[in-house]
Amino acid sequence: MTDILNRDNTAKLPSPPAEANEETWELRLYVAGQSAKSVTAFANLRALCERYLPGKYEIEIVDLLQKPQLARGDQIVAIPTLVRKLPEPIRKIVGDLSNTEKTLVGLQLRPRAW
Amino acid sequence: MTDVARGEEVGRTNGIAGQELAKSATGIQGLDEITGGGLPTGRATLMCGSAGCGKTLLSLEFLVLGAVEFGENGVLLAFEETAEELSQNVRSLGFDLDQLIEDGKLVVDYVHIDRSEIDETGEYDLEGLFIRLADAIDRVGAKRVVLDTIESLFSGLSNDAILRSELRRLFRWLKERGVTAIITGERGEKSLTRQGLEEYVSDCVILLDHRVSDQLSTRRLRVVKYRGSTHGTNEYPFLIDQFGISVLPITSLGLKHGVTNERISTGVSGLDAMLGGKGVYRASSILISGTAGTGKTTVSAHFADAACRRGERCLYFAFEESPNQIVRNMRSVGIDLQQWVDRGLLMIHSSRPSMYGLETHLTTMYREARAFNPRLVMMDPITSFLRSDGGADAEAMLVRMIDFLKGCEITSVFTSLTGGGSALDQSEVGVSSLIDTWLVVKEIEQQGERNRGLYVIKSRGMSHSEQIREFLLTDEGVQLKDAYIGPGGVLTGSARLAQEAREEAAKVKRQEDIERKQRSLERKRQVMDAQIATLRAEFEAEEQEAQRMLAEDQRREERLEEDKEDMARSRKADPQPQKAQEPT
Repeated sequence: MTDILNRDNTAKLPSPPAEANEETWELRLYVAGQSAKSVTAFANLRALCERYLPGKYEIEIVDLLQKPQLARGDQIVAIPTLVRKLPEPIRKIVGDLSNTEKTLVGLQLRPRAW
Repeated sequence: MTDVARGEEVGRTNGIAGQELAKSATGIQGLDEITGGGLPTGRATLMCGSAGCGKTLLSLEFLVLGAVEFGENGVLLAFEETAEELSQNVRSLGFDLDQLIEDGKLVVDYVHIDRSEIDETGEYDLEGLFIRLADAIDRVGAKRVVLDTIESLFSGLSNDAILRSELRRLFRWLKERGVTAIITGERGEKSLTRQGLEEYVSDCVILLDHRVSDQLSTRRLRVVKYRGSTHGTNEYPFLIDQFGISVLPITSLGLKHGVTNERISTGVSGLDAMLGGKGVYRASSILISGTAGTGKTTVSAHFADAACRRGERCLYFAFEESPNQIVRNMRSVGIDLQQWVDRGLLMIHSSRPSMYGLETHLTTMYREARAFNPRLVMMDPITSFLRSDGGADAEAMLVRMIDFLKGCEITSVFTSLTGGGSALDQSEVGVSSLIDTWLVVKEIEQQGERNRGLYVIKSRGMSHSEQIREFLLTDEGVQLKDAYIGPGGVLTGSARLAQEAREEAAKVKRQEDIERKQRSLERKRQVMDAQIATLRAEFEAEEQEAQRMLAEDQRREERLEEDKEDMARSRKADPQPQKAQEPT
């Protein structure tokens, strides 16, 4: 937490949503089976995308129980983890995405200032 | 350590524990001895220590040797270095990680958490890590797992509570999987590890340490804890070099080494004669001490030469001279060591005492001795250690070394430089009790000349000469001469030569005296004989004379008688009465 607060915010993009408008968001959610946290995360992500990125997002669900070898590629340690593949750069959000504000900040849909 | 000693250690462990705690051999020299067979099978071992102390290397060697020597495949979860980096780092130790990975014996999974690209929100767990680990284990059927170092998670993720509960789950999970694991951890200020991992991993804790004292660095290893098993509790020095890791487990736990009655020659016939005529016992420890330039190295070279002549391997640790220098110098006294070097019987290992710490030296020697398998080991001189170190430590290490060598039935020869002026017996007091046969080469100075004398201070288990011998360095090596004891002490060198000359002169003189006496006796006899002959001649002459006189007297008598008869006839005298008596 302290790291986030201390981070230098001056270099951030002024309006990421504007940029986001131009392309499709490729999101990947890593889960492990139908665990409660995974289900919650997916539901939260779905709601958030419908509201902030209507019509221009793709969510890919990767179940590591099915395809464990995929965990290496995106360096997945924690479950659930949301990975923003596009737009670049890659962002990761760990957790069940229950805090919408934080999730938006993590996805850079909202400036990191509060 | 010998197999015997190791067996005993294991045996004792079992005896106390009642049942055998399964152990997985690490294959690392020494570590298996300390732990009585290896790390606890199916459990996790915490390997902690400060940066650069060799945690990763030791763990990797555990995996590599497991795969290569024990047929147990391994998984390395690396949090700090990528597979490529690791592979490069350990290539210098002779480990080919790439090949092992290709052969399906090892999986290296680099786990990287970049905090700058991660945000956290809400509940999560480390199932991803579990899945990766499980996948890796399943892929090669791994029995051994190393997590290096899991504490990196704490810098990547911020929720300590989750991490801690997940770690607890991870270690339990590892145990359930039945893999033998090593968890490495960075040394903390107050606790063994920064994140208190020892709280979770409680079966076996090994602490590595890298210390620098007097500008010499020494790595040490200590088994802090080993649940269900006894273990060596000391700090053991260990070494990382091109052959990997070797720990020096030598302990002085027992004096149990077997003994042999076999005697071996010292290579100096005069010295063998002093030692009951048969030389020293095999596997005994021999100390040759003396002041500078007394020929200690030459005597030990004789030992080496004799061993090689018997076809035995000999390992020579020189701390003052290079191998070539030793060979050259020994050639000057007629000992050709080069032939043994060429035949692979003799190995001379030179290093400066200050090159590294005492423990590292001894670990090196220990490893070399194990690799070369000699019957005779020499250290020339041990004083360098005593000097480079406080003394007490060096002594303790020498005890270990001697015990190790004895355990392997290796004869050990040490030379020791004694300072001029100090009493010989005092300066050696520290080590002498470990020594079975102690020879002293002493400098004897008299009449402006320095000579050498050798005597046996002690030699356990045999009768030996108490007398000092003069010690000569000749073109044919060392020769011992009986010393002359004069009124001023022992005579050596030219004093001895003078004494020898004097004795020779006296002998010649005595011989001459005898001859002269014999001659004079002969002369007397001749004189006597001559006198006897003269006397006899005189006597004979007198006898002849007497005979002649007697005969003359006789004739004169007869003539007188005739004359008387003639006269009577002429006078017509009566016949003589005696005539009347005649029967006429």
